[in-house]
Amino acid sequence: MDDVLAIEGLTVELDLSRGRFAAVRDVSLTVGRGEIVALVGESGSGKSMTALAVMRLLPEPPALIAAGAIRFRDKDLASAPEDVLAGIRGDRIGMIFQEPMTSLNPSMRAGPQVAEVLALHKGLDGKAARKRVEELFARVRIPDPARRFDDYPHQMSGGMRQRVMIAMAIACDPDLVVADEPTTALDVTTQAQILDIFRAFRDEDGRSTLLITHDLAVVAETADRVAVMYGGRIVETAPVERLFEAAAHPYTRGLIASIPNPDEDIETRGRLTEIAGAVPALWAMPKGCAFSPRCPRATPRCADEQPSSETIAPGHVVACWNREDAR
Amino acid sequence: MLRFLVQRLATIPLVAIGVITILFVIFKSVPGDEATLAAGATSTQAEIEAMRVRLGLDRPLLIQYAGHIWGLLHLDLGYSSTFRGNPLPAILERIPATLLLMSSAIAVTVAIGIPAGLVAGANQNRWPDYAISGGVVALLAIPNFWLGMVLIAVLSVQMRWLPSFGAAGAASLVIPTIALSARLIALVARTTRGMVVEEMRKDYVRTARAKGLRWKAVLSRHVLRNVLIPIVTVIGLQAGYLLGGSVVVERLFAWPGLGDLMLTGVSVRDYTLIQGATLFFVVGFLVINLAVDILYRFINPRLRHG
Repeated sequence: MDDVLAIEGLTVELDLSRGRFAAVRDVSLTVGRGEIVALVGESGSGKSMTALAVMRLLPEPPALIAAGAIRFRDKDLASAPEDVLAGIRGDRIGMIFQEPMTSLNPSMRAGPQVAEVLALHKGLDGKAARKRVEELFARVRIPDPARRFDDYPHQMSGGMRQRVMIAMAIACDPDLVVADEPTTALDVTTQAQILDIFRAFRDEDGRSTLLITHDLAVVAETADRVAVMYGGRIVETAPVERLFEAAAHPYTRGLIASIPNPDEDIETRGRLTEIAGAVPALWAMPKGCAFSPRCPRATPRCADEQPSSETIAPGHVVACWNREDAR
Repeated sequence: MLRFLVQRLATIPLVAIGVITILFVIFKSVPGDEATLAAGATSTQAEIEAMRVRLGLDRPLLIQYAGHIWGLLHLDLGYSSTFRGNPLPAILERIPATLLLMSSAIAVTVAIGIPAGLVAGANQNRWPDYAISGGVVALLAIPNFWLGMVLIAVLSVQMRWLPSFGAAGAASLVIPTIALSARLIALVARTTRGMVVEEMRKDYVRTARAKGLRWKAVLSRHVLRNVLIPIVTVIGLQAGYLLGGSVVVERLFAWPGLGDLMLTGVSVRDYTLIQGATLFFVVGFLVINLAVDILYRFINPRLRHG
């Protein structure tokens, strides 16, 4: 499979008043054509920063790409000039954000906000642009697209607004869609509908998606491959089925164990497990494995030495000194 | 929208009657005999008494008040000693000059204040911001009459570029406009800067960037739209100050407007003229407020549908 996006050894540092800290450390990840890759982690794991770094939308400063490359088409986005980036954003890479309530301009009608991308990259305006936007609205299953075109964001629900955002992201038929927690702010019914749209993009349009989420249920339903992030690093990468069957990193196992299973009998099922503790602060990262302070399998070596990544099965890469091998 | 308009228009006569009443009470309670003032300082006692009867000043206050209202309903502002009769034509004659000066001041404010604020806000904590913010503080600290005198001293007396008084052509509008709008330009620039800084942090700005828009386009197409809403409010509220400021500025530059006429009335204690001019200032203020409210609904879609 040829890769649409290849992140190689990406390190993003933050220049804060109390010092410089790496929020994303040596991250490598690829997204193939027609593939949905999920980047999973809790708040503060660096997953959103990775997504924003791909679009080069991080405020620079304080953020700074300290090392690595972001290969997209024939370019390295990590070092590309603003001109090139502006030409790619919205045209070749579409982005969807977490906050549908605030991500649209409140004083502009929904349709023209989408049409703006078409005018910018495709030179489409007037009636042609309106027609295309209405098609896009229909594609993301907005009912009555012709009427919704003239609505202001405040006249729409969160789910509708997120659909407008998605329509905007795919307007120019991009090679890649970066979706940063696209369903987190939505209720479960709307969430399912939105995930349906993402699957349709893959299955019908062959579109590639980098999906950022903290929700393993979302991953199980949509992704082809999963990368688990913790403390700024990718700790485990695997095809989605393999991950749920044979997760090898204790953190991934902990995440999977903390998903409630509604099919289990309430009498016999045990207490829902959790991972004790919290993600260490940027300035308090251990020298070795970032998960070691919370890890049930940690040894003295874990705190001192960064574990190297090892391939333990096709497409399954783990960075752990004491991995749990398949049951 | 129609309901809103009718409601707002209905309040104008109510406020006007309130103001007329307050003015009536004030001018009846200030010291000095109206009949003596109206007849003139050189008139005899008999002439003063004749004037008192002619103006109805010998009758009870309530009757006088009723007569005053009745007169206003017939466009009669009362007896002005300056014009030996109804001062209305003189007042109407002065209004265009005041409107011209005010609109010119507001136009200059919009043309300078908003762009300056945008540039400062978009370059927060860099040199363009420091330069503009410094200028803002300076303009706010300078009183407009002092600025006016300095402008006359430099531009008229020393350089001989511009006339210092009167209303002869566009050149004579320049100095009064600068003097009148300086403070408002500073206020608008400061408000715009603050709003831009706040708006730039919002999510929709990131969305606009993700579309591939450059900063300039993000500012002019997305941020400006949202910043305009509070700025129109500031300009609207300050237009009242502008009316007041025009009184001083008009006198300073002998600009033939309503404010200058009002001060003429004050200097000769022509109460009728002061009352009439004040009434027109109040109505002007109400009309400006109404215009701002309408404009506000026009640029803020959330109010239109709310």
